[in-house]
Amino acid sequence: MYTQAMDTMPKDGRDDAPKAVRSADEMARQQAFDARIDAGDFIEAKDWMPEHYRKTLVRQISQHAHSEIVGMLPEGNWISRAPTLKRKAILLAKVQDEAGHGLYLYAAAETLGTSRDQLVEALHSGKAKYSSIFNYPTLTWADMGTIGWLVDGAAIMNQVPLCRCSYAPYARAMVRICREESFHQRQGFESLLTMMTKGSDAQKAMVQDAVNRWWWPSLMMFGPPDSESPNSEQSMRWGIKRISNDDLRQKFVDATAEQAKILGVALPDPDLRWNEARGHWDFGAIDWREFWQVVGGDGPCNRERLAARVKAWDDGAWVREAALAHAAKQDALREAA
Amino acid sequence: MSPAVTPGTIPGPPAEPMARGREKNEWPLWEVFVRSKAGLDHKHCGSLHAADPQMAIQLARDVYTRRQEGTSVWVVRSDQITASDPGDKPSYFDPMEDKVYRHPSFYALPKSLDHM
Amino acid sequence: MSSSITVTSHPSVQYLLRIGDTCLILAQRLAEWSGHAPIVEEDIALSNMALDLVGQARAVLTRTGAMEAELGGEAHDEDQLAFLRDERDFRNCTIVELPRGDFALTMLRICALAIFLKLLWQRLEGSADEELAAIAGKAVKEARYHQEHSSGWVVRLGDGTAESTLRTKAALELLWPYVAEIFEADAIDDAAAGIGLGPRWADLQDEWRREFGTVLSAAGLELPAERAFLSTGKAGRHSEHLGYVLAEMQFLQRAYPGGVW
Repeated sequence: MYTQAMDTMPKDGRDDAPKAVRSADEMARQQAFDARIDAGDFIEAKDWMPEHYRKTLVRQISQHAHSEIVGMLPEGNWISRAPTLKRKAILLAKVQDEAGHGLYLYAAAETLGTSRDQLVEALHSGKAKYSSIFNYPTLTWADMGTIGWLVDGAAIMNQVPLCRCSYAPYARAMVRICREESFHQRQGFESLLTMMTKGSDAQKAMVQDAVNRWWWPSLMMFGPPDSESPNSEQSMRWGIKRISNDDLRQKFVDATAEQAKILGVALPDPDLRWNEARGHWDFGAIDWREFWQVVGGDGPCNRERLAARVKAWDDGAWVREAALAHAAKQDALREAA
Repeated sequence: MSPAVTPGTIPGPPAEPMARGREKNEWPLWEVFVRSKAGLDHKHCGSLHAADPQMAIQLARDVYTRRQEGTSVWVVRSDQITASDPGDKPSYFDPMEDKVYRHPSFYALPKSLDHM
Repeated sequence: MSSSITVTSHPSVQYLLRIGDTCLILAQRLAEWSGHAPIVEEDIALSNMALDLVGQARAVLTRTGAMEAELGGEAHDEDQLAFLRDERDFRNCTIVELPRGDFALTMLRICALAIFLKLLWQRLEGSADEELAAIAGKAVKEARYHQEHSSGWVVRLGDGTAESTLRTKAALELLWPYVAEIFEADAIDDAAAGIGLGPRWADLQDEWRREFGTVLSAAGLELPAERAFLSTGKAGRHSEHLGYVLAEMQFLQRAYPGGVW
């Protein structure tokens, strides 16, 4: 999902293309860097790195962070209406985890020489993207379980390989995130299973309706087909991206098709069937028009999501300023003493 | 393989952005070190923004320990940290080359990360 | 739609509901900040406090439901009590149901309640009811943390910028009239104190004023003058706000009677 952002970037890097004349020193560093990547070494914050590598990582890590933060909103929408106190606590904890993940990732991005304010500004101005899945509305309680099952499921598939990303602060953040995230998918699935096995007909219908709405957008989380992902190759070369979009998507379909059987829900794809020869599930064509439309800003909730984040930040300005003003006063008092 | 932070290689303070941050009145950046109940050392686990030391400690506990009892938390302003320059590596770190067990690559990838 | 349950009017049950409901509704208001806090770090801190309070509410409501059965009434679980009681049967202090407000109001409110709950939980650690004492043992640590976090903010905001000072003063003006109710004495408290279930809330007032007053003066503020107004949430007569809070909170259980979640 998070490399989706890179795939939807315009083919940049041309402006960062190696300058005509490079110093011998820089070329030596480039070679050493390439050798380290090829050897599977990790790059740390203060190591030399190609400018394009640095920029790509800032973009990917920060967009991953933005996704976590914006992702709090569709689920946060149901905290006040959770149907039991236990579900309320679980959802509150899950959304809180997402805030924490956003924080770990902002911290990792900041090691590359950018500031929190700059990252937030990029999101709010529309320059930086976040995963398009969060531009869909959460219309029923069953959406909560469905997001846990499908959206977190897809995210986990994307994230585990990132634990071996060549940039160490990102990899370390991912290790932490993966450890915390495994319960999210399980909780979501368990919530759906409860409704499907013990719930009323109305609850079962609610689950099926949620699955119908979230299935295709979840498949889109893996980004465009490999054939249309121009930046993938470079990212693979740099050890930022380890597995291709299509391969991850297939892995996801294979896992969830089986899980859907356990749940007793139908996946809304008439072309979905097991292919014995391939050893994989065949699935239908994705409507890429919808994908590009949502990525381009015309999904159901794009404007509301961004507006909510901008409002929170703007409304909080006086709070942040007050904290700094108070700290400055305390510093002055301490120095005078 | 989990790239554990070997001593002395904590990320250095981002030089430029801190200055820019102060101009824009951004909360300073703090690095967080946590020693778990069963642990012997404080490990660097990440960073966060806070306006003052008390807030930094509280937030560090909220974010990085979920307030588990028995954990010890240190917070240090990022601009107060002096880090070795990786460019100096040969002189600082060569003597360790033969001590392979200090290198993250010595440790096998946990199975749970292989399995998807 | 699910019709509401009724709860015994036994003073011990009513005494516990006051505690459980106060924690629950305060948590509900606090949780509104999720995704909207001034900075991500604080979002996490606010959610932590909300989670603690939900946990306290769950524990107390569970004990309450069991106690009903012990007293010869119908046993209820935490969810029946939270989602199927009519507004008039909720026993939270009115102060916690007031709208979320701005960050100053939120911090001031948590500060006032955290100090109170800390003092209450401390006394409840000696309750004749073992389960309640155990709940209190855990909750008092959480309340201490909430006090530490929120009082830090009250001081920062009270003594920060001109704007933050104004907002903190405005928040104090808004909240203060609702404080008196917390310490209002009545027969339910008398009964609870009589059997060693818990202290009269009025007994906590002096210490509360001392601690809250200390926070306010560090923030450059003063305890406002007493007012004639007395809110009545503990007796089930709430402000206009609780109805909306419960309509949202209880909707799914009411719309899907008997649903299993």
